Amino acid sequence: MTIATILRRGTVLFVLIALVIFFSLNSDRFLQERNLVNIAVQNAHIIIVTVGMTLVMLSGGIDLSIGSVAALTGAVAAGLIVQNSVPVPLAMLLGLALGFAIGLINGWMVVYGKLPPFVATLAMLGMARGLTLVYTNGRPIANIGDEFTFWGRGTIGPIPTPIVVWVVVVIVAILLMTRTRFGLHIYAIGGNEETARLAGVPVNRVKMLTFGISGFLAALGGLLLTARVFSAQPQAAVGLELDAITAAVLGGVSLFGGVGNIPGAIIGALLVGVLGNGMNLLRVASYPQQVIQGVVLVLAVTIDMYTKRLERGAPKT
Amino acid sequence: MAEQALLHMHAITKTFPGVQALREVDLTVYPSEILALLGENGAGKSTLMKILNGVFAPNSGQIRWQGQAVVVHSPRAAQRLGISMIHQELALIPYLDVGKNIYLGREPQGVVPGTIDWRKLYQQAREQLDRLGLAVDPRTPVRYLSLAQQQMVEVAKAISLDARLIVMDEPTSSLTDNEVTTLFEQMRKLRAQGVSIVFISHRLNEVFQVADRVTVLRDGTLVGSKAIGELTQDEIIRMMVGREVADIYERHGETQRAEPILEVRNLTRRGVVSDVNFTLHRGEIVGLAGLVGAGRTELVETIFGIHPATSGQIILNGQPVRIKHPAQAIHYGIGLVPEDRKGQGLFLRMNVGTNVIVTLLAKLAGWGLIPWKQVKKIGEEFIQRLNIRTPSLQQRVRNLSGGNQQKVVIAKWLTREPKVLVLDEPTRGIDIGAKAEIHRLMRQLAQQGVGILMISSELPEVLGVSDRVLVMHEGRLVAEFDPRTATQDEIMSAATGAAKS
Repeated sequence: MTIATILRRGTVLFVLIALVIFFSLNSDRFLQERNLVNIAVQNAHIIIVTVGMTLVMLSGGIDLSIGSVAALTGAVAAGLIVQNSVPVPLAMLLGLALGFAIGLINGWMVVYGKLPPFVATLAMLGMARGLTLVYTNGRPIANIGDEFTFWGRGTIGPIPTPIVVWVVVVIVAILLMTRTRFGLHIYAIGGNEETARLAGVPVNRVKMLTFGISGFLAALGGLLLTARVFSAQPQAAVGLELDAITAAVLGGVSLFGGVGNIPGAIIGALLVGVLGNGMNLLRVASYPQQVIQGVVLVLAVTIDMYTKRLERGAPKT
Repeated sequence: MAEQALLHMHAITKTFPGVQALREVDLTVYPSEILALLGENGAGKSTLMKILNGVFAPNSGQIRWQGQAVVVHSPRAAQRLGISMIHQELALIPYLDVGKNIYLGREPQGVVPGTIDWRKLYQQAREQLDRLGLAVDPRTPVRYLSLAQQQMVEVAKAISLDARLIVMDEPTSSLTDNEVTTLFEQMRKLRAQGVSIVFISHRLNEVFQVADRVTVLRDGTLVGSKAIGELTQDEIIRMMVGREVADIYERHGETQRAEPILEVRNLTRRGVVSDVNFTLHRGEIVGLAGLVGAGRTELVETIFGIHPATSGQIILNGQPVRIKHPAQAIHYGIGLVPEDRKGQGLFLRMNVGTNVIVTLLAKLAGWGLIPWKQVKKIGEEFIQRLNIRTPSLQQRVRNLSGGNQQKVVIAKWLTREPKVLVLDEPTRGIDIGAKAEIHRLMRQLAQQGVGILMISSELPEVLGVSDRVLVMHEGRLVAEFDPRTATQDEIMSAATGAAKS
């Protein structure tokens, strides 16, 4: 293995480690257990939706609706609990089902409506956000009760619930992508849809399902977020899709499909989370934070592309 | 019929809006034979094969497979019958490995439903590759394989489907001679194992090497089917074009060589081009021969400034020039007709007119505005001059045939009246009629004083068209030949590095 391949496999991991070292040298609070747990809890919803985004991107699509879907499903679940006295588990299940259904609608628009994923999910971004505002009348839904906030604030044994949830999601997703037909078919479709179709891959079904999963995970993220902040905010998770795309791209997932994997995308999501947390500890104001995030994204992807080119230069003529 | 036919397509007719693509065409394939399906571009070969493969439905006609009437309504249905097609554009997924590509859609099931038994998959893939004698690890991503290896992976995929008939659409067009030899060995081996192959190629010498029988189509009708032994190359050409062609590579005259126009001195691009020296004269066609990967394309890309030289000198008209960018090369009067016509030569989705005048834009649109009237005039002039067959200037280039596309690329350079024109594999994948036209055009340009450098992997073309032949091997110029006296064997041995001259 050449240095280039090691670099390529781990560029973002190196950037992440470099950031961790930098922040721990500059803030004595950064490496404290409480802070690290905090990072893992606060970014739970980003990690979860990044998994869904990664599946869609690997199949050659994109899902811009996840932020709105997260807000809508969080609000609907909270509303059912607070206004309709629906039992919490049932309300959450209905929220997840709603997310899955919206994802399937996205998939249906792409597969049968022949809309480009960008357009279909952009439309859904607007529609789902609008529905959230209609449903909530533009006002937060508070007093969601302890049984619900357990999913954002509680612990299972010593471990905070959101961490348990995202770890389970990530493990299931990794198994799905490496062990199952469904996973291989996602890669195949992203690599060359026509070839996959000719090889007998049920392309339409797989694409529908990836969007469905993305919607489902957006809902799960939305529920955790709602539970963590004690209320459903109509403007919650605005721009969440951009965080997920950033994380996936940082993690080496190709915008054109077929290339990338779940662990990479998770490292990307952690990088975004660590960067934000570290800057908060260093008291960087929130406006310049966005600038720095942009710079890090460009740098990391540039380094990644450069090392890929080095690698490609080696075996081929 | 002495022998039971494997496949019999009877009276197949297919019309597309405004075009009769096939008219009552018959095609028969016997077990264990290699049938060459020949015809010029547009003769209906691809349409016929797409009908066989279930991509198109015929308007009328019948397909009998192993004696049974069948309807093939999708490529999957064709696969189930035992018919596999290997397309010209390889249908592999580059980022997946060999094993996954072979068994995609038919993955062996693991213990848990929905999962894949990877060990079994790679083991079976290994067996298929062994059967073809292909020494490739099934876990290698396909993008790391050579084109020939990828071709063989496609074959392995077809065999793993228990194909009785494999259709290969121009499988050799991007292979080196050695790779072609290997492919032919495999084809013969498959034939010995009872598999039949329909082989589409524009290279007649290959047809004579490997085919048992020949079926020729012209303008959507069947011209005839004959055993290869009953035919000569000239007869096949006559069947294909429907008229006498004295010689495909007929010399269209020679040009008096004049003063040097392009001199290359010690040109080096680290790693790919080493210390190349040659002179191109006004009015001369120089053929550049060599194996794929010998550095020919890299050499002309260096001259054209796509990847600048690391050392050495380029002298144009007696003046040393520095070319670090294609714009400079164009400024000095050099044109490049690239190897990858669709990717590098054309804006496929734009129309003919725009493609023709694109190199002139800077001159025409001096103030940023495009004078469309003038564009139209220039475009029409070149359509006529180069005999480009297109309904209008507005036609999108991707709807033209390969030969006409290539003429558009050439027209694009002629609008600038180049002093040096470099053509990289100018007639690859182009039918015989259009080929001859392009050769004539090259000679015409030479007679008008243009210096022409032509890369070609087809030795008959190199020998037939050039005034002088240079041979490259591993980044160096290793030999020069006079095409009137040189033989293909001499050039080949220089190109393979066997002979140092």
